[in-house]
Amino acid sequence: MKTLVLGCVDGSTYSPAVCDAAAWAALQLDAPLTFLHMSSKSQLPPKADLSGSIGLGAQESLLEELASIDEKRGKLAQERGRQMLAAARDRARDAGVAAPERLQRHGGLVETLTELETGIRLVVMGKRGEAAAVASEHLGSHLERVIRAMHRPILVTTKEFGAPKSVMIAFDGSATTRKGVQMVADSPLFRGLPCHLVMSGAETAEARALLGHARRTLEAAGFEAPAVILPGEPEGVLTRYQKEHGIDMMIMGAYGHSRIRQLLIGSTTTEMLRKSTGPLLLLR
Amino acid sequence: MILAFHTMRRDWFSNLRGDTLAGAVVALALIPEAIAFSIIAGVDPKIGLYASFCIAVVTAFAGGRPGMISAATGAMALLMVTLVKTHGLQYLLAATLLTGVLQILAGTFRLGSLMRFVSRSVVIGFVNALAILIFLAQLPEVTGVGWQTYALVASGLGFIYLFPYLTRAVPSPLVCIVALTAFTIFFGVEVRTVGDMGALPDRLPIFLIPDIPLNFETLAIIFPYAVTLAVVGLLESMMTATIVDDLTDSTSDKNRECMGQGVANIASGFLGGMAGCAMIGQSVINVKSGGRGRLSTLLAGVFLLLMVVFLGEWVARIPMAALVAVMIMVAIGTFSWDSIRNLRKNPKSSSMVMAATVIVVVATHNLALGVLVGVLLSALFFAHKIGKIMYVGSTLAEDGLTRSYDVIGQVFFGSADRFIASFDLKEAVEKVRIDVGRAHFWDITAIGALDKVVIKFRREGTEVEIIGLNKASETMVDRFAVHDKPDAVESLMGH
Repeated sequence: MKTLVLGCVDGSTYSPAVCDAAAWAALQLDAPLTFLHMSSKSQLPPKADLSGSIGLGAQESLLEELASIDEKRGKLAQERGRQMLAAARDRARDAGVAAPERLQRHGGLVETLTELETGIRLVVMGKRGEAAAVASEHLGSHLERVIRAMHRPILVTTKEFGAPKSVMIAFDGSATTRKGVQMVADSPLFRGLPCHLVMSGAETAEARALLGHARRTLEAAGFEAPAVILPGEPEGVLTRYQKEHGIDMMIMGAYGHSRIRQLLIGSTTTEMLRKSTGPLLLLR
Repeated sequence: MILAFHTMRRDWFSNLRGDTLAGAVVALALIPEAIAFSIIAGVDPKIGLYASFCIAVVTAFAGGRPGMISAATGAMALLMVTLVKTHGLQYLLAATLLTGVLQILAGTFRLGSLMRFVSRSVVIGFVNALAILIFLAQLPEVTGVGWQTYALVASGLGFIYLFPYLTRAVPSPLVCIVALTAFTIFFGVEVRTVGDMGALPDRLPIFLIPDIPLNFETLAIIFPYAVTLAVVGLLESMMTATIVDDLTDSTSDKNRECMGQGVANIASGFLGGMAGCAMIGQSVINVKSGGRGRLSTLLAGVFLLLMVVFLGEWVARIPMAALVAVMIMVAIGTFSWDSIRNLRKNPKSSSMVMAATVIVVVATHNLALGVLVGVLLSALFFAHKIGKIMYVGSTLAEDGLTRSYDVIGQVFFGSADRFIASFDLKEAVEKVRIDVGRAHFWDITAIGALDKVVIKFRREGTEVEIIGLNKASETMVDRFAVHDKPDAVESLMGH
């Protein structure tokens, strides 16, 4: 079975961008495309009955009542999901994908993605889900958990997605990003696009050697790969460089450090996810 | 860590309004129950009220089933009666502590999974028996009293069941209690009140260590009580957790619930409360009132204590008749009505298990004993049914000198006699061939039965050949590999 590109759609304003990004990736990778929608019914209890009295068969009738309310909610949620998936399929078809598949599941997104993981080549999702407040810097509550749980590349889109014309790799010399460079070099996803290599921090001999090696890897694969080392904190350096050179998409390793470290000094990944204005490709 | 935070937010704060309202409704319903169960146990109402506060608050944090209500319960109170009568309150507190320790041990060793041996019939029997016991416990309050009490109980029930038709925004048991209390005070009706039954809490609970000699003798007194209390508490808690799981279409952590019950009982023992467990009726009320999260349980406990401590003077004036009405409602609401309707539809063996559980509990007032009888009976019925899945066929060779027996199915203690009886030992043949390749020998009784058949044939001068014994006895190994693969199941059922 060919591994697939999985686009996660929900009712959020990010869904059209997810469709576009997933369609683009599927065409570039020549991989089958599937859209996933998690239909979740509202867990809130229905109108409260505060009478506090229980009569004969209280338990059975309550179960019956709650089940029928859930049934209605569930049907509604499923119907809504089907419509979203149909819209996503049409949009992807218009973009030129031959036969996008649709997948509708109940339950948690993280658990479902973990189950499907072996068949997945790339996950595409929006920065925020339907339930998250839009106006804030907050990320969707699912996003970070998905990124931590998955061992596949994840493309996180912002509200609009256009096919990228140039990309950059946030290079820090770690094993994850070195592997990432190799993945980019081997993958048809960015073939033909200029791929900048940007490293932040002091310009040591070691850093230069690592960066040089990465650059040669990319150039050997036919990429145009300008490489720079810029002083400063990664978040600032990377976003500034991206703006200055008008780069559409950033590629970076995700969550290289432990959760303890993240709690104490924060995570570059989370910070970049919050700050970035363009799509991010996270490599695990 | 993020996951933990995510779960915490969902368990505690996802349903603020619903949980707060439900917590208040449950607290109002808990007060009469806690008082009534203290009276059953033979202790002051404050013992049950402190216990309910403490157990509700602790299980809100430590329990494994958000939205479930635990407090002082009738099932537990019934088990303490003799202990309180013969040894007094201090021994009850000590037994409560020991119960908590045993329950934590049960949680540590994951004994919650043993619940799978308690069949549905036993669970229903338990619930029905509990309802009957709660009802019976109300009888002393309404025997040998004046007609005033009967009238009060009847009008109390009227309030409880008819008031919801008027509005569902106010708990009808509360209306019943307030109306009856006001009526008796206003008209000066002479009936027994809660204040006559013993001391009510006048302050917040304080930490105290039970005043008992710490020696082997004490342990010998409290240990048997603690064991039954621990078992019954866990049984009812696990059943209630399953009911809440079904009602809310979500899952719970049963082993964490075991430990949570244990921690709650230890806390209750140190604060001068009696042992308790999860409550079926109250949990149903909680879910019905819109409670889903841990907050509902916590608030039920907190509201209960605040109301009792600050309104204690008024609580003392509640007529017992009002409590009896509320408890009759709880008994009716706990009873599984479906089980009576399905009595004739269900298989006879299931109905018998259910009835046996109820009868044993009502006769002994010990729910643990009832469950034990129910579990044993259902195991016996099951063994009996499985024992029927065995067939022995035979063919005689054309020369009339050799008979071939073919054994199919399950051979174990339940079918061994029938297995032996299936062979025609009186037939005079030169040779007998027994093919057991398609049978399963589950225990040494089965092997013993086969040996017996062989010896009997030999004594008649018949030569015996057995085929496929290795395969048949694979199932005898205790660590018999689980047959969860399709081909393995195939070979077990059909070979």
